[in-house]
Formats: sequence, structure tokens, C-alpha cells
Amino acid sequence: MVEPDYLKFDTLSLHAGQEPDPTTGSRGVPIYQTTSYSFVDTEQAAGLFNLEQPGHIYSRISNPTVAVLEERLAALEGGVGAVCTASGMAAFHLACATIMSAGNHVVASRNIYGGSHNMLNLTMPRFGITTTFVDPRDHDAWRSAITPETRVLFAETLGNPGIEVLDVPAVAEIAHEHGLPLMLDATFTTPYLMKPIELGADIVMHSVTKFLGGHGIALGGVVVDGGRFDWAASDKFPTLSEPYDGYHGISFVEEYGHQALSMRARAEGLRDFGAAMSPANAFHLLQGVETLPLRMKRHVENTTTVIEFLEANDAVPWVSHPSVSSHPDHELSKELLPKGAGAILSFGVTGGREAGRRFIENVQLASHVANVGDAKTLVIHPASTTHQQLSAEDLTAAGVSEDLIRLSVGLEDPEDIIADLARALRASQKG
Amino acid sequence: MEVKLQEVTVNLATGGVKVDKSQPPVLLVHGAGMDRTVWSQQTRYLAHHGFAPMAVDLPGHGRSEGELLSTISEMADWVADLIHELDTGPVRLVGHSMGSLISLEVAARHTDAVERLILMGAAAAMPVHPELLGAAQRNEILAPQLMTAWAHGARAHVAGNPTPGLWMRSGCQALLERAADGVIHNDLAACNSYDAGDIAGRITCPVTVIVGSEDKMTPPKATAQLVAGFQEVDLRHLEGVGHMMMIEAPDRIREMMLSALR
Ligand SMILES: Cc1ncc(COP(=O)(O)O)c(C=O)c1O
Repeated sequence: MVEPDYLKFDTLSLHAGQEPDPTTGSRGVPIYQTTSYSFVDTEQAAGLFNLEQPGHIYSRISNPTVAVLEERLAALEGGVGAVCTASGMAAFHLACATIMSAGNHVVASRNIYGGSHNMLNLTMPRFGITTTFVDPRDHDAWRSAITPETRVLFAETLGNPGIEVLDVPAVAEIAHEHGLPLMLDATFTTPYLMKPIELGADIVMHSVTKFLGGHGIALGGVVVDGGRFDWAASDKFPTLSEPYDGYHGISFVEEYGHQALSMRARAEGLRDFGAAMSPANAFHLLQGVETLPLRMKRHVENTTTVIEFLEANDAVPWVSHPSVSSHPDHELSKELLPKGAGAILSFGVTGGREAGRRFIENVQLASHVANVGDAKTLVIHPASTTHQQLSAEDLTAAGVSEDLIRLSVGLEDPEDIIADLARALRASQKG
Repeated sequence: MEVKLQEVTVNLATGGVKVDKSQPPVLLVHGAGMDRTVWSQQTRYLAHHGFAPMAVDLPGHGRSEGELLSTISEMADWVADLIHELDTGPVRLVGHSMGSLISLEVAARHTDAVERLILMGAAAAMPVHPELLGAAQRNEILAPQLMTAWAHGARAHVAGNPTPGLWMRSGCQALLERAADGVIHNDLAACNSYDAGDIAGRITCPVTVIVGSEDKMTPPKATAQLVAGFQEVDLRHLEGVGHMMMIEAPDRIREMMLSALR
């Protein structure tokens, strides 16, 4: 049988989007630390401003270093294009602002990152965009929350804090039945563990800050355009299907078809909201993406080892991760995430809030930070930090029990990670 | 822009501006399974450089309605009718791949409809790999994948899109995936069974042919056989570029088109 001779994932992680610099031969991606670009002549300048020909004008809209990262992430996701942003939150906002206007509505999973929840729940309503939150496992709830004003369904590939696995093909089908796109935050899976576009998602966004960068030294976000959704099939998406005065009446669908979203998100969203990624951050994040497949494989292996240890530990009453057979999405996870369900898990410590606090105060190797997806192992005890103002009942409502520890398993030698956890667990029981 | 041809809606992209009938009309015809957007890197530029570009969606493709036409000859008659309906007078006709076969036929059989011809990814015959035809017949994703793999030069498989953030490989695959069931097979079968014969010798208008050195779908050798048949031809070479030359090398294609159209 003939097969498409496409370059494979690991190769694209290293090469996609970059050619050796034509003037210097630089093999590494150069940092084009510049705000602006010299025009050849007035005609070329006019052509660039008018979208007649491609090229760089000003680094808020595009930059050659950032463009390498954009092309690389689009390649890894199988998207037609990508737009990088200053942070993951900026990517989420850019995607929402590109396809929606006041009066529109979102149906979102209730188990999403707190920042994304805040934006949908508190901030977007000030601009006329409202959200109904649903249990991501309840397909009827997705369906019945859709209104005539709904413009997008949104969820995370792996939820927060229960590491709920989204049934991407099923929710994509619900979205498409209603003529709506499915947008996913795939930060926890990265394209190494799951390719949401192949499973039916239409827009994929990441906090590149996390596993894609992998080093915890630079913030970044990306919106990847799947290119398969027909924005002109209804009149629901006028920003893409109707003439736009910003470029003398251009219709992005008419001119760019399957790449309409990528083009509009840059031409309007980066131009006007300006949440651009810096070239230095793009450079740092690219160094991470080069080793993404190697790192994710090791993250998953270490996670498996750590889970085996935790399950056998007397001070740990429960462990929550899709690879554990008691997890509600265990079977789905095997189907959608054959390479592993990521490196973020939660577990309980016998003794509740106090024991959780003692555990955190006694880890030495693991870092106590409000972050996930670093090369280093990270821990946090929400009940004594991010959620400390909440009562036990409120915590339960947020899906966070008093004894819950969230762990982002890093790339250290697993024996050292385990020794650190064992020591802290012993200390947690000496109340 | 939408026009009606025998009561059926035909969609044409005009570079985001209203067609200026005082400018020379340029009709651009896409290849198998594709649509008007393959010309998106050229239409807007042409519209601002003294031409009236119209990139058509063939029937059943992109945003045009209508039944699929199953032979190159039927497609050519349809394009000739469209030119008549547009009422712009003779056009500069630009065709890519299957669109180049259609354009050849139109120029040979409807001489008064065509003022100039520009062909890209062209050959006198376009035999299609039987496994690709089979995958297309079964509407398998393998068909868009194989076409995408073969339609790009080595460079385009890695990088090189001058439009920041766009990734060519998935761009092409997504475009083909969006075609309705049966469209790709219809078009590939039309290409497969077509033979231009000595049609090139019957073309009287000026002809420009652009050939990509890494074109695997219509390799330079196959293009050369077609080219040998023209009485007179302006042949242009693009080094390091494959079949999707308008997207792989949009800047060079814009320049070549502008000089060939003038
Ligand atoms: C799943 C998820 N999405 C989005 C974000 C926001 O990304 P950023 O911090 O890069 O703005 C984060 C983390 O902060 C996250 O964990």
C-alpha cells in the first residue's frame, strides 16, 4: 500500500517552520529582536498593509522568530495555521474575540483551568458574551445548553482538577450537529499525546508556557486553526464570512477559505488587542518544542512509576489519574490517549487539610509553585493555598477535597521523586 | 462574487474588491478537489495591479452549487459558458493542474473566449496512481494525504510559507478534506481519462507555462511533452518548487503572472 511520505512527528518537532537563515546560514533559529521591518519600496509597503502579499510589517502582528514557532505548532497539531500570543490566556481570549461578538454564548466544560473559568464566568459577560458551564462527561448537558446564540463549545482535553478525559469525537459531533466549532485547550496533553484536530476539534489552544516549553522560563500561548470547519455554512460567524471594513471589505472566508480563522486572528486580533508573543520567548519555547517527544515520553513513564508508589502507600487513600483503573475515564483514556494520559495527577493524604499542609512543607525536591508542566516536579495543596479561603463544602463543590495534592510529575530520576514524596508523606502523618 | 449560470450559483473570489470591468479580466481555474482559495496569494495582488481577477469555484466545489462535471471537455464547455455569462470579453485564462487541462480545452475550442493562457502544473496527460484513485473512490482520508504528500516539493514539507503562521501541508490536506464525498474521485477520474492529444498545436493565443522542478504530479518531463506541441510558448522554470507552486512560491508566481499577463 502506498503511504503519504510525510515527515514524522519527531522530525517536525525539530525542523518544521525553519530553514537555515538565508543570509548567515545560522542553523539555530535566530532571535529577530526587532519591532519593525524595512520596506523595499512604497508599493511593497502598501501591498503588505493591504494583505496583497505576505511579509512582516511590525512585530505586534508577526515576527520571523515567532513565525517559526507558529508554523511548527501548526505542523505538530495538523492545523492549517497558528497564531502565537503572549500567554495561554491571551490565546484563549484571541480565539474567543475572533469568532464572537456581544450577544453570543459559549457552552464550556465546568472542569477547566481557573483562569479560563474566570474569563468566561466573570470577564466576558462585561462584553456581552455569556457562558453556560456543563459537566464535560454529560453529553445531554452539552446538547441542552446550546442556544441560538451559542457560537462555540469549549473544554480541556484533560480537565481540572479531576483529570477528566474529554470524549473529543463525541463532543465534536454534538458541536457539528449544531453547526458549531469545538475549541479545546490541549495544554495538558500536547500534540504528542493527542491530536485533537484529527479527532474532530476545530480550534486548539495551548498554554505553551507548560509542557510545550517544558522549562518553565517563558510564557506563551497559541491558537491553532484546524481548517476543517465551514464558517460560511451559516450566518453565525460574520467576522469570518462577511466583508470587513478593516481591510476594505475583504471577506476572510471568501479569500482564504479554510485559513480564514488564522488570517483574521492575526490581521484583526493581534493588530488590535496586541497580545503578541515576544521573539525572545518564541526562541526559548522553540528550544523546548525540539525535545517535546522525548520529554513527554519520560513524563508519562515517570508518572506511571510515581502512581505505582502512591497506590502502595498507606498514607494515600486515593490517587486520581486516567491510567488508574478506578478513574471514570480509564477506558476512554486508553482509546484516546494510547501514549499516556499526561503527567498531572492528584491524590489524597490521610489527615485532611492539616496533613496536606505538612506534606507540602516537607517536600524538598518537588517545587511548591502555582504551575504545571515544568521539567521539574511541582506540587501544590489547593486547600491551603489557591483555595484556602473556601470552606470544606465550597471545596467539594469545586471538585477539590481538603486532602487533595496536585502533582505535576517532572523529569528527575523517578527514584529521587519517590524518595522525596515518601519523606513528605511520612512527615504528613506526624501531626 | 456570485453569478448565476443556468440558474445555478457560481462563486468567484475577486481579491476582496469589486470587479473593475475596465481592467483586463483574469479567470483562474483550480485543480482536482480544490477550490478558488488556491489562488489567494495572487488574486488580491492582481486586483491592485491593474487586473480584474476572478478565481472560480467549479460546480460542486468550494462555494459553487451545481452537479459535478465528469469530463475535462464538459468542464471546458462550462468555463466557456461562464466566460460568456461574465460578459467581460475574452479573458486571460490561468489554470492549475486539472484547471490547466480545462484551460487548454477552452483555449483550443473557444478561441474567441481566451486572450492569453497561463498554465501551471500542466501536462498533456495526467495518469493518476491507481491506489490514489481507489482511496478517492472510497472517500478515504488517504486520498487527501497522498495528494498533499506528492503535491509539495521537499522544502514545502518542512517550512517556507511566507505568510506568517500558515502551514502548507495541513493547509492542502484540509482543503481536500473539505471537498464533499465523491468530488476528488470525480476530478481525478476526469484527469486520468483525458488525453490532450495534439491540442496544443491548435492554440493560437500567447501561452505561458510555469513548471516546478520538484513537481511529482505533473513532472517537468511530462510538462515538456505538452510544451513541445505549442507553436510558440513562454516557458518559465521554478527551482525547488513542487506542484502547488502558487502556494509554495507565491512571490515568484505573482511576479511571473504579472509579467505574463501584461
Ligand atoms: C490548562 C491551562 N490553560 C490555560 C492556562 C493559562 O496559560 P498562561 O498561564 O500561559 O496564560 C493554564 C495555566 O496557567 C493552564 O493550566
